[in-house]
Amino acid sequence: MSFPWAKQYAPKHPVMQWIDEKLPLPRFVYNAIGSGYPVPRNLNYFWNFGVLSGVALVCQIVTGVILAMHFHSSAAGAFESVNGTIMRDVNAGWFLRFAHANGASMFFIVVYTHIARGLYYGSYKAPREMVWLLGVVIFLLLMATAFMGYVLPWGQMSFWGAQVITGFFSAIPVVGDWIRIWLLGGYAPDDAALNRFFSLHYLLPFVIAAVVILHIWALHIPGSSNPTGVEVKDEQDTVPFHPYYTAKDGLGLVVFLIVFALLIFFAPDMLGHPDNYIPANPLSTPAHIVPEWYFLPFYAILKSFTFDLILPAKLWGVLAMFGSILLMFFLPWLDKSPVRSGSYRPMYRIFFWIMIVDVFVLGYVGGAEPIARNVILGQIASMYYFAHFLIIVPIVSRLERPKPLPNSITEAVLAKGKSGETAVSA
Amino acid sequence: MATLDQAVPPEGAAGPEGESLENPRRRDWLQYAAVSFGAVGAGVVVLPLINSMNPSADVLAQSTTEVDLSAIEPGQAIKATFRKQPLFVRNLTQKEIDEANAVPLSALRDPQTLAERTKEGHENWLITLGVCTHLGCVPLGAGEGENRGPFGGYFCPCHGSAYDTAARIRQGPAPSNLVVPDYEFTSDTTVTVG
Repeated sequence: MSFPWAKQYAPKHPVMQWIDEKLPLPRFVYNAIGSGYPVPRNLNYFWNFGVLSGVALVCQIVTGVILAMHFHSSAAGAFESVNGTIMRDVNAGWFLRFAHANGASMFFIVVYTHIARGLYYGSYKAPREMVWLLGVVIFLLLMATAFMGYVLPWGQMSFWGAQVITGFFSAIPVVGDWIRIWLLGGYAPDDAALNRFFSLHYLLPFVIAAVVILHIWALHIPGSSNPTGVEVKDEQDTVPFHPYYTAKDGLGLVVFLIVFALLIFFAPDMLGHPDNYIPANPLSTPAHIVPEWYFLPFYAILKSFTFDLILPAKLWGVLAMFGSILLMFFLPWLDKSPVRSGSYRPMYRIFFWIMIVDVFVLGYVGGAEPIARNVILGQIASMYYFAHFLIIVPIVSRLERPKPLPNSITEAVLAKGKSGETAVSA
Repeated sequence: MATLDQAVPPEGAAGPEGESLENPRRRDWLQYAAVSFGAVGAGVVVLPLINSMNPSADVLAQSTTEVDLSAIEPGQAIKATFRKQPLFVRNLTQKEIDEANAVPLSALRDPQTLAERTKEGHENWLITLGVCTHLGCVPLGAGEGENRGPFGGYFCPCHGSAYDTAARIRQGPAPSNLVVPDYEFTSDTTVTVG
């Protein structure tokens, strides 16, 4: 969308004029991320994480395409090509491998922050439901892609991760075993599975990129949300994306890259699992098998079903795990509150933070041994997770008395500036 | 404004090609037929795309395994491979057989007797896949000195499923007993699995 006061593209250079007449691509870019896109003036640093997710995607595609030039997708050669050829022999191969592996972690860090931002500030509410739905699709694709990428080095965690995750599908009644054998192309993970995972791990990032374009497109129809949740009213409320937010995103990007570099150069294995430096052994499962850190909360939900209740425990676990993500699709309709931002919703804000703590508890349980104490903790945390979205959010949105909203974004900004000044003078 | 139905000439009148227009919706059938035919064609093209991911001929060719039992003493087990999956071959002691037979079927999640899980005349040979029926880890217990769990059979470390001396599920999230593959004794000391 373009607000009426959005600047219009006026090419000065004859070459740009010539291009713009034939294919208005420069105009399109100008209106999408240039001076032609007016953005609320009060965005805080949590609004950096969309751009950072995009940068993480580009990093993964670039390092991934290069790594694929040196990778052997066969059960006999994969481990050696990653841990031998790429890490020792390929020029700067160690850097590319660590950048790609830690890049996945960075991707999930920024995406989880991006999602939490949306949950707090009600960015999923009308008229931005489509932005949210496409975001959930991207998240599902991202998890599938990351899973298949982790299989490729064909270490112990790769192999047993593939065994367990394709095992989810065998929980489906009647056709489950057939689906699992179809996914693997055999009875256990082997060459056939590794090869198709390589092919799909290459394909899916481009599907993600396509959905990202739809995500941005859908966002630009209503325009960006903002920390007050109050819609833009006039020109005073906005500034052009370029140079104001390109600069602010640039600063966020520098911080992102510093953290990324610290991981790559000083702690490249901190977020990985040491067992993946052992070649896959189909005859022995590591005593303590855990997924990558970014899957732990969902893994905890899977593990929490230890008893049969009409359906077998295994099927419950798988349904709950997929359900915990799929229920996100319904969030815009579960939260009926007309107030978007959590800043003006005193009750919602409390439950929001409890839910964030709950996700960290689930993450802890996902990585911990399945002893009785942890199983019970996981069951309580899983129940709370579902209760938050299915019970608490709908009830709170009806009962809550929100704080008074500012009349406009500008009023909120000026009020904040004023209180800051008095604080300094006092 | 005239609707489509009103635009149809009166009954009995001939159409532009001289055809009868008694049934003015007759041509809709062409549309259904064309779209259906297109859908069938698309389906026929999609099938091989999906089917290509099913196990290929070289994978199916690995479908039988021969195991030599002569070196396995009572109380011992070996891990062989069958279709690239671990296969547990255990020579049960008399004590383990008695323990398995002493369990009432009502105490089992997946009720099966030891006799149903072994071959007649070879009750001491317990041959199962070493794949936990929960999410597919290899249970401990076949190797020397491994934890055999609270029921003296196998114990899966992933989510704590415990199996008894007949490899039947007794505790934990796994839904069924360790799978007994199709096999037959080709001699007293060899079995062919698959």
